[in-house]
Amino acid sequence: MANQSHDEGAQEKPSEGIPAPEGPANLIDTDYVIGQDNITASPMGINLDLHGKVFTFSSLVILFFVIITLALQDQVEPIYNGLFSFLTGNLAWFFLLAANIFVILSVVLIFTPLGKVRIGGMNATPDFSYLGWFSMLFAAGMGIGLMFYGVSEPLTHYGTAIGGTAMENGARTDWAPLGAAEGNESGAISLGMAATIFHWGLHPWGIYAVVALALALFSYNKGLPLTMRSIFYPILGERVWGWPGHVIDILAVFATLFGLATSLGLGATQASAGLGYLFGVPETNTTMVLLIMGITAVALVSILLGVDKGVQRLSQLNMVLAALLLLFVIFVGPTLLITTGIFENLVAYVVNLPALSNPFGREDANFTQGWTAFYWAWWIAWSPFVGMFIARVSRGRSVREFLIAVLLVPSVVSVIWMTAFGGTAIDQVVREGFEGVQDAALELQLFVMLGELPLTAITSFVGIVLVMVFFITSSDSGSLVIDSITAGGKVDAPKPQRIFWAIIEGAVAIALLLGGGLTALQTAVITTGLPFTLVLLAACYAIVKGLMSEPRT
Amino acid sequence: MYRKIMVPIDLAHLDLLEPSLATVADLARHYDAEICYVGVTAAQPTSVARTPEEYQQKLDAFAGERAKVHGQPVSTRTITSPDPVADLDDLLIDAIDDVGVDLVVMPTHPPSHLDALIPSHGGKVATHTDVSVFLVRPSKQ
Repeated sequence: MANQSHDEGAQEKPSEGIPAPEGPANLIDTDYVIGQDNITASPMGINLDLHGKVFTFSSLVILFFVIITLALQDQVEPIYNGLFSFLTGNLAWFFLLAANIFVILSVVLIFTPLGKVRIGGMNATPDFSYLGWFSMLFAAGMGIGLMFYGVSEPLTHYGTAIGGTAMENGARTDWAPLGAAEGNESGAISLGMAATIFHWGLHPWGIYAVVALALALFSYNKGLPLTMRSIFYPILGERVWGWPGHVIDILAVFATLFGLATSLGLGATQASAGLGYLFGVPETNTTMVLLIMGITAVALVSILLGVDKGVQRLSQLNMVLAALLLLFVIFVGPTLLITTGIFENLVAYVVNLPALSNPFGREDANFTQGWTAFYWAWWIAWSPFVGMFIARVSRGRSVREFLIAVLLVPSVVSVIWMTAFGGTAIDQVVREGFEGVQDAALELQLFVMLGELPLTAITSFVGIVLVMVFFITSSDSGSLVIDSITAGGKVDAPKPQRIFWAIIEGAVAIALLLGGGLTALQTAVITTGLPFTLVLLAACYAIVKGLMSEPRT
Repeated sequence: MYRKIMVPIDLAHLDLLEPSLATVADLARHYDAEICYVGVTAAQPTSVARTPEEYQQKLDAFAGERAKVHGQPVSTRTITSPDPVADLDDLLIDAIDDVGVDLVVMPTHPPSHLDALIPSHGGKVATHTDVSVFLVRPSKQ
């Protein structure tokens, strides 16, 4: 928060036009005024301020996809799936290569003098405390995923790795990462953990870091609107305010809204499975619809309270709950195994990283295409949302500080989390011969694992609360992002628009849940990973070019 | 009776401010009070200014212009926020003490049913401060 006070009395009035900013800054010289293409209206006393084309076309595209997915489910599902298999099957190398570029750029920037550039100008001060900032980064980035895949993914990779490789017609038919570790228990554990951490470590956060840094730089330092198209300014110039820019923004709205709606729908399925497992709540459509409505209602309150008092507080609450659950698993679970495992898994990750991230000549096609490329496409499709939100809360941080917090710290947290939750589950299988977790449905694995530890009722309840609060923070930060894109980059557009988007997210989730097509549409969202990979590659160029022209302190 | 009057300013919607600006000019002359124009802006680029510094300059220019109209001493304060739409009321309430004013004059819309969901800024500020608050409705003509 910056307060400045000036006594004006004697001072001469500046001439008309845009005055130059104070202090060292490097605004991009453009005649575009934020909101110049916006439509303002006040129907029934509700103020609206929207980008005419982006809002209209995004709404139409969303409506179109909801209708055809509901009406022609059997016809469109194969189309989405075909498109998706084509992408991961033929372009896996492209996703892997691009993600490597993002990670390398992010790591290199930490160590170059460009890391000294400050987001928001040399004199900018952070809007949020370290804890508040980091909680929001984490909640937006992957909170919910860790809850669900923290147990299942290490277990799955362990299982395929120990099963060894299988060949048919000269091609691998197994799903094991790299060369597997047939019959080698400790080898399979470390390969499984390395593969999991690979999918949740540097690469996803490198993807987010690139989008967020590009947006933050071009918005705070260069004075362009906080919306996806601004990344393309160094390439497209003034054309970015026309249709090329509209298309990028509409695509970002599409990916964000359907990404959120499908996650909300699938999340409700999972939360209701947890409630059913714990309390015997019937797993009916009614339960799930009520869950979505409840989550949306709390998200609405949080949106009205804003970033500072809504999203930040909920994210901090989640951070505390997640830390408690993590510490509980570490101390009550196999403590020694987990504490030594954290270091061992980190080493296994580093050792296997070059092979796992190699985009060319891979033999483990199923793993590369079905797991890695799938994840990369998903993180990239999700990146306009997470990146824009991270950008919004990161003013006042230096590039170096930003990259350490967005790239390295979450990766370390992922290592610890995966080791604790996945390690405990693997330990239950390997040492105790308990097959329950392996046999449970994906959405139940966390609860079954916790069921083997003491205080099950409490920890499982904390787990369900965590899942729900992560969805609330996703829903309200997502509404903020969509609202700002559809308002032409205005972050101060009227409140009712945020409410509108949060309700649309909930409504789309309910429609897809009841009418079917959740997973189909999720597949459709992941296909947006391809165009956004191009956007991200452009962002890399924009970041370097933008940073070079900034003052460094 | 009043020494310093705070006037929240939305540079993006100056047309809505007209009635309250006229009111505050008369009040300031009557009590020989100083007027502090307070602007809350996003940390991000907005339709008004591309940086908070630029916003400050525009607010200064605006205050200078008003000083010529009413001849009373003026000052300005720019407050930046990552989410100005949500934080506006709280920031204005904090500014009342920071700036040290004894009267707030701000425009407000006529009451409506929507206030239950999204309360008016003027109403919220008035219920959270111990200084006097003068809410100016749009003129009826």
